[in-house]
Amino acid sequence: MKGTLMTEVRIAPATKSSPPASAAEETPMIQIERLELFYGAKPALKGISMTILKNRVTAFIGPSGCGKSTLLRCLNRMNDLIEGVRIAGSIRVGGADIYAPRTDITALRKRVGMVFQKSNPFPKSIFDNVAYGPRLLGQRGRAALEGIVEKSLRASALWEEVRDRLHESALGLSGGQQQRLCIARAIAVEPDILLMDEPCSALDPIATAKIEELMEELKNRYTIVVVTHNMQQAARASDYTGFLLMGDLVEFGETAKLFTTPGDRRTEDYITGRFG
Amino acid sequence: MLRTRLRRRILSWAVSGFCGFSVAAALLPLGCILLYVLKQGVSTLSWDFFTRMPQPVGEAGGGMANAIVGTLILISLAAAVAVPVGILSGIHLAEYPAGRLGAIVRFAADVLNGVPSIVIGIFAYSIAVLPFRRFSAAAGGLALGFMMIPIVLRTTEELLKLVPSTLRDGALALGATRARAAFTVVLPAALPGIVTGVLVAVARIAGETAPLLFTAFNNRYWSTRLDQPIASLTVQMYTYAISPYDDWHRQAWAGATVLIGAVLVFSLLARASTRRLERMHRG
Repeated sequence: MKGTLMTEVRIAPATKSSPPASAAEETPMIQIERLELFYGAKPALKGISMTILKNRVTAFIGPSGCGKSTLLRCLNRMNDLIEGVRIAGSIRVGGADIYAPRTDITALRKRVGMVFQKSNPFPKSIFDNVAYGPRLLGQRGRAALEGIVEKSLRASALWEEVRDRLHESALGLSGGQQQRLCIARAIAVEPDILLMDEPCSALDPIATAKIEELMEELKNRYTIVVVTHNMQQAARASDYTGFLLMGDLVEFGETAKLFTTPGDRRTEDYITGRFG
Repeated sequence: MLRTRLRRRILSWAVSGFCGFSVAAALLPLGCILLYVLKQGVSTLSWDFFTRMPQPVGEAGGGMANAIVGTLILISLAAAVAVPVGILSGIHLAEYPAGRLGAIVRFAADVLNGVPSIVIGIFAYSIAVLPFRRFSAAAGGLALGFMMIPIVLRTTEELLKLVPSTLRDGALALGATRARAAFTVVLPAALPGIVTGVLVAVARIAGETAPLLFTAFNNRYWSTRLDQPIASLTVQMYTYAISPYDDWHRQAWAGATVLIGAVLVFSLLARASTRRLERMHRG
């Protein structure tokens, strides 16, 4: 299964007329170097270094409290909001250090979109939810907004289900639809990277399958980083997997390899279900 | 076995009975007040009461048209002062709870809430009546507004805190600033409750007399000017109630009926608007 999936990925770019596929093949998107994070005096991430490739799905797995969500939230600086957080090391997105003092956080978060564990549509209409980001960036034109909303909803495979009720409240959607709406809202500002923090943990298997299918689709245009505590999901839906344990990145590599021939004893124990 | 069951049944009866009694004890005063006011007031209440002006002593009939309009004007002025100040400070408290300023504002609001209304009246008198050497509707509205601010402020703060932080995070993750997220996502989510809070605050100040005694004063004539003394239902009632004339006493009771009716309408309005806004949000 995994093998065919990887083949498809390699074939896909060849069918497109856009820039040569090989260029995007191994381009680094995010480079993390010796990243450390402290909550007060308590270390939550202990010297993590990794490179996340463009147009790939990278999954972080690990038991609760291992730091996988914390690591994800470093990538769009959502940890800034938490009192007493201190960070050392560097994270570069597309070459630029995002913790440099002059970083424009609004611009960063436009580049690095995020989907949360619990779907969080705003108490507004479906249209206004998707248009929220573009409006923040100053897009006011009705026609332009309509175009963006349709495009984003199509990209998140929600358009056919909601096209007749764009102006009804988003809170009337089902859980799976709400989560896809949040994905549409995140990609409406055309980010380069999409962070997903356990996007399926509150969804049933059918809605989960739809989101995973969507991730496969979306990685052609975005770099996706997903946190999951569901190992099957990581194995199914990601190209690269990082295993974290108590703030350490124990192992990081191609998903197929990590799940079949893990290099570390602790990884093996975790993926075979001996703990966690 | 049997005895345990019996004991449980008796205990259950006793507790239910006590709860029922407490409910009755809480509702009884309200019921008595409503009944008594209605009994005294309804007979005088007529269309004239709403449309006619007060009559001189000795002439029967007349109404409180000026006082009803005056009360509406005073309430509007109070809301114009308290709603923006209360909601904006409420947002500040909810969004930046750790700041030193926040602690000061929260403490000040609680103290202000506890200040006797007559003291607030004196304060408004000293800043809005003395300098102009004239009682005015504006001064009365200001006094009522001061009373309303802490209610609106704390309601706003509490309701904003109830909005799940995931909504705020969602807006921030799209690149919104904290202020932008507060105004475009958090505040709208809490709006139904805030509207209710404002209406409850209005109902609360509509019945105030003390802060108006030496700010808006009273006026036996028709006036809608903000720089002139203005009549209000409460002060008019007070004046009539302490007078020696039976006719005025009846008018005072009718005024009380109207006031209670208005407060009731505000409360119902608050509930209806909450429900409507909630339905809109739930979709």
